[in-house]
Amino acid sequence: MRYLRIFAIALLAMITITSLGAGFVAPANYATQFREAPNAAPSSAHWLGTDQLGRDRFARILYGTRVSLLLAPAAALLSTLLAALIGGVAGFVGGAWQHMATVLIDLVLSLPWLFLLITVRALLPLNVSPLTSVIVTFLLLGMLGWAASARVMCASAAVVRNSDFVLQARATGIRGCRLAIVHVLPNLKPLLFAQFWISVPIFILAEANLGILGLGVAEPLPSWGSLLRELEDLAIYSGALWKVVPLVLLIVVVSSFELLLSRNEVGA
Amino acid sequence: MAIFLRITRHLLTMIATVLIGTLVTGMLVRLAPGFDADAQQLDSRLGHESKQAIREQRMRNANIGHFCIAYLGAAAHGDFGESLTLNRPVRELIVERFPTTLRVAGLGLLGGWLLAAIFAFSAALLRRAAYDAVTVALSGALLCVPSAVMALLFVLFRAPAQFAIALIVFPRLFRYARNVLERSYAMPHIITARAKGLGPVRVLCRHVVPVSAAPLLALAGVSVSVALGAAVPVEALCSVPGIGQLAWQAALGRDLPLLVTLTILVTLVTLTANTISDLVIGSLPSSRA
Repeated sequence: MRYLRIFAIALLAMITITSLGAGFVAPANYATQFREAPNAAPSSAHWLGTDQLGRDRFARILYGTRVSLLLAPAAALLSTLLAALIGGVAGFVGGAWQHMATVLIDLVLSLPWLFLLITVRALLPLNVSPLTSVIVTFLLLGMLGWAASARVMCASAAVVRNSDFVLQARATGIRGCRLAIVHVLPNLKPLLFAQFWISVPIFILAEANLGILGLGVAEPLPSWGSLLRELEDLAIYSGALWKVVPLVLLIVVVSSFELLLSRNEVGA
Repeated sequence: MAIFLRITRHLLTMIATVLIGTLVTGMLVRLAPGFDADAQQLDSRLGHESKQAIREQRMRNANIGHFCIAYLGAAAHGDFGESLTLNRPVRELIVERFPTTLRVAGLGLLGGWLLAAIFAFSAALLRRAAYDAVTVALSGALLCVPSAVMALLFVLFRAPAQFAIALIVFPRLFRYARNVLERSYAMPHIITARAKGLGPVRVLCRHVVPVSAAPLLALAGVSVSVALGAAVPVEALCSVPGIGQLAWQAALGRDLPLLVTLTILVTLVTLTANTISDLVIGSLPSSRA
């Protein structure tokens, strides 16, 4: 298992570095159209062929990977911070605050998040720029995905608050922020990391689902979701296996995150 | 007495959800781009007074508080407004499509539970590392596939949509069920029972199931939400005329009144499922003890 995790880390690092260097590695820009060669099969000029608009598929995968791999962790960071702020603080303070936070968390958890997400996503103006659409999509994911993590944080912060070492710290006169930062937060750190790693693959998959449904990142900016929309034609082009590359890449990345997750869960 | 308190708590949560949902509706509709614009204002057949009346109606709706009261009052009489894209009453659309979603998501959920139960209980009974690894790898692989891709694969193979929902729900249920059973098997009284030579089936039925029943029932309530969430991409891509497809069409058409009503409806279904599972858990002998 340890070697598998090392392999997963290496794979993720390789994919991330390659996608970050998309500007140097990719044979063309993600929006450049080769109008003389739409729907082209793989060749030396276009390693994974071109899409219906004649754009280099390999370049789009690289840029799309960069978008998903940069913004999913950013959304996960936002949701983890919100969870720490709402759940962690409520659990640490306790009493009525904890009760109120629990009610709020239960309420948010009872909302069907995909319905909520497409509702809020539908609010965006039709002429929204691709960059805004990608930022808003991941921002929404981050802002709507905090509840499950907050519940875990709230329960754990409450346990730490009632622990012997915190009681002893209180007895020595340590209060408020100092108690929270010096004694409680370090004990919640592994949990925060675990919640962060749990959220990353969830947000990658959520963006992919939204993208396939046409509610994700706006064209021409690629993301895994918009790249996977090509799979709708799979029934017609069943022989075109190179079209499945974005899906394979997505599965590889999400599986790698899942493998990392196990280690962090154990750590928590 | 405790059961009445529980029911009251759940009812209060439902009412709070509907109120918050309605407030959010008001805010979303108010903030949506193009709220102030109305094509009827450009209709040359309408007189000045008619246009003024339309304007006043819009201004009344601009007040979120007024909108919420009006929406709740109308909803109490079964009027959820009219769909902007389909030009039909929302109530009519829901009555028409909800049974389809109930059938598809219900059968999918049943299939998912069946698969999860078979794999989780067989892994618990067999207690073989290799079998456990295979089931975990299978569920992990399914977890890595986006729901929409799963739906597309089912379109490709012309398989029923409910099977897609079953395969989307299965890994989520299996992982939790497996963990619950694993924790139960590690409990001291179950280790003692096994050490005393009780057969695996007897240990499972007499000792593990009663301990695991409460968390698994809680999972049953949550799984309804998972199945309804999966219904959106599956119905949209497999052309199943349910509320998932309706929500997708409404999102593409920016039909906010329809979308928000659907969201509130699905939330109420989820809350009802959670209430039922919570009440059943409360009535279990293990939770009363």
